[in-house]
Amino acid sequence: MSTKTSGGERGHPPGGRTRLSVRRSARLVERHLMIHRHTPGVLVAEIFEPLLYLLSIGVGIGRLVGDVPGVADSAAGYSAFVAPALLATAAMNGAMNETTFNLLRKLRVDRVYDSMLTTPMTVWDIALGEVCWAVLRGTLAATGFLAVIAVLGLVQSPWALLVVPCAALVGFAFAAVGLAVTTFLRGWQDFQYIQLAMLPMFLFATTFYPLDVYPRPAQAAVACLPLYQSIQLTREIALGRVGPPLLVAVVYLVLMGLAGLVVARGRLARVLLS
Amino acid sequence: MALQTPADDVLLHADGLVKRYRRTRRSEPFTAVDGIGFAVRRGEAFGFLGPNGAGKSSTMRMIACVSPASAGTLRVLGHDPAADGALIRSRIGVVPQDDTLDAELTVRENILVYGRYFGLPRRAVRGKAAELLEFAQLTERADSPVENLSGGMRRRLTIARSLVNDPEILLLDEPTTGLDPQARHALWDKLFRLKRSGITLILTTHYMDEAEQLCDRLVVMDHGRIVATDTPAGLIGRHSTPEVLELRFHPGAQSVMAEKLADLAVRTEVLPERLLLYTADGRTTLTRVLARNADPLTSLVRRATLEDVFLTLTGRTLVD
Ligand SMILES: Nc1ncnc2c1ncn2[C@@H]1O[C@H](COP(=O)(O)OP(=O)(O)OP(=O)(O)O)[C@@H](O)[C@H]1O
Ligand SMILES: [Mg+2]
Repeated sequence: MSTKTSGGERGHPPGGRTRLSVRRSARLVERHLMIHRHTPGVLVAEIFEPLLYLLSIGVGIGRLVGDVPGVADSAAGYSAFVAPALLATAAMNGAMNETTFNLLRKLRVDRVYDSMLTTPMTVWDIALGEVCWAVLRGTLAATGFLAVIAVLGLVQSPWALLVVPCAALVGFAFAAVGLAVTTFLRGWQDFQYIQLAMLPMFLFATTFYPLDVYPRPAQAAVACLPLYQSIQLTREIALGRVGPPLLVAVVYLVLMGLAGLVVARGRLARVLLS
Repeated sequence: MALQTPADDVLLHADGLVKRYRRTRRSEPFTAVDGIGFAVRRGEAFGFLGPNGAGKSSTMRMIACVSPASAGTLRVLGHDPAADGALIRSRIGVVPQDDTLDAELTVRENILVYGRYFGLPRRAVRGKAAELLEFAQLTERADSPVENLSGGMRRRLTIARSLVNDPEILLLDEPTTGLDPQARHALWDKLFRLKRSGITLILTTHYMDEAEQLCDRLVVMDHGRIVATDTPAGLIGRHSTPEVLELRFHPGAQSVMAEKLADLAVRTEVLPERLLLYTADGRTTLTRVLARNADPLTSLVRRATLEDVFLTLTGRTLVD
């Protein structure tokens, strides 16, 4: 990943020989910022959905639950257990909305990338730029949510600030895979299939209860879900249980993101450079 | 990697260039560009003519480095698009056949953002945008969304946008299609100005007058192949007579008359409503026609145009 540039003859902007340039990718983010400058509210809208879950299930059901194993502060109890999971979900949704819904429109309807590709921007730059933008959205949503739960008294230690970079990592993994999946979609109707995968994952990936409620074989299956790994990471950190086991989740999410990125860039090249 | 042709300064060079498309995963690839070769020198205006589906846009897209060539060699500014696409693209301007403006941005923002894609500094691109908006006569509309522009305004904006990086080569795929006559002439003036300033123009067009006006040299493509290359005057000289006599007879009588008058012309062509006699001197031929008591309903002597050449070379029937 280099930003080495060549050219620059006759005062021309450096074009570069590199297929991937962080600087070029940033220009795509700049475009998106220019558009959202007028509608900043949209950027934080994503915190409402997890907030509704927190207030209904976290607080409501929390009344019935009482103590949760592993949560020290029994006053916060169940809500403190659910909140980090919802934060990971917020990061996931914030990022994935960008690289699925919004991206399909840019790819197939507005054809935004066609004009980008007549400039020095490459398909790699577009893939990376979109993922960076999505990570930004996801992180913003997660941070907004973190601020709200802090106000509600569900944040127990300053360690919780570490969930922000975790949210970025979660956003990265899901944004990249979302982008890869979107390049395969034929139209809006195909979003049903994404929903068909996302909703059960949200419900079963230990969002609302710990892994050990499942029988053993089911535990192994659930542990493979990317959202489980994401929740594991944010929850353990939010509850102050930082340790080497978390590296599993980190490595999982990094690899998932990189794989998504590589597939996405290959598919985008096929779709855009016919 | 640079091509060693300093003498004539060839900016664009193609040899045996092929473009194949695979329409579906299983189908046989379709050959849209079938082994073409050409060379364009700095400062030239070079045109691609050809019927719908001839492969003009496919060729333009390969030159613009947005579509990989399937075979053959292509050098743009001395570089290979496969290896140095981004570098080449930083030095050329592209006006695609279909406008690809950013619908979510305003007129001015379209130029600003596009300039940023080239890595131009924000300040520089702001000044450039003002200048280009003036050039495209869109200053008053600078802050309206592009959705609200008319087709002609969009075209002008696309052309203005393509100049943001001070390109050495400007690729124009049907630049004036959809423009009204005033806008077309205004655009020709602008293209002349760009050409005088040293920009090399590569364009495709369906307007023969445009090709005659703008192009120093042109190629006629048909079915993915080049069927003729020359200056506009050269093409007319080589593939047509200097003048054309157009005669109209009673409906249905055209082909009978064509046989009767065939010996008076270099070549005759029968159209549903007209008979064309290709000849060096239209007036003399008309006198001879009248001397045979042929009595056409109307007659017209005109200079041969590129259109005659085009139709001669590519046929009158719709290809697809
Ligand atoms: N992306 C593509 N996939 C498959 N076939 C394509 C693609 N682009 C063009 N073609 C086909 O290649 C042929 C040449 O198309 P091209 O657009 O180059 O023609 P053209 O000379 O520009 O025509 P026009 O004057 O109508 O613009 C056509 O038969 C077209 O259907
Ligand atoms: Mg075309």
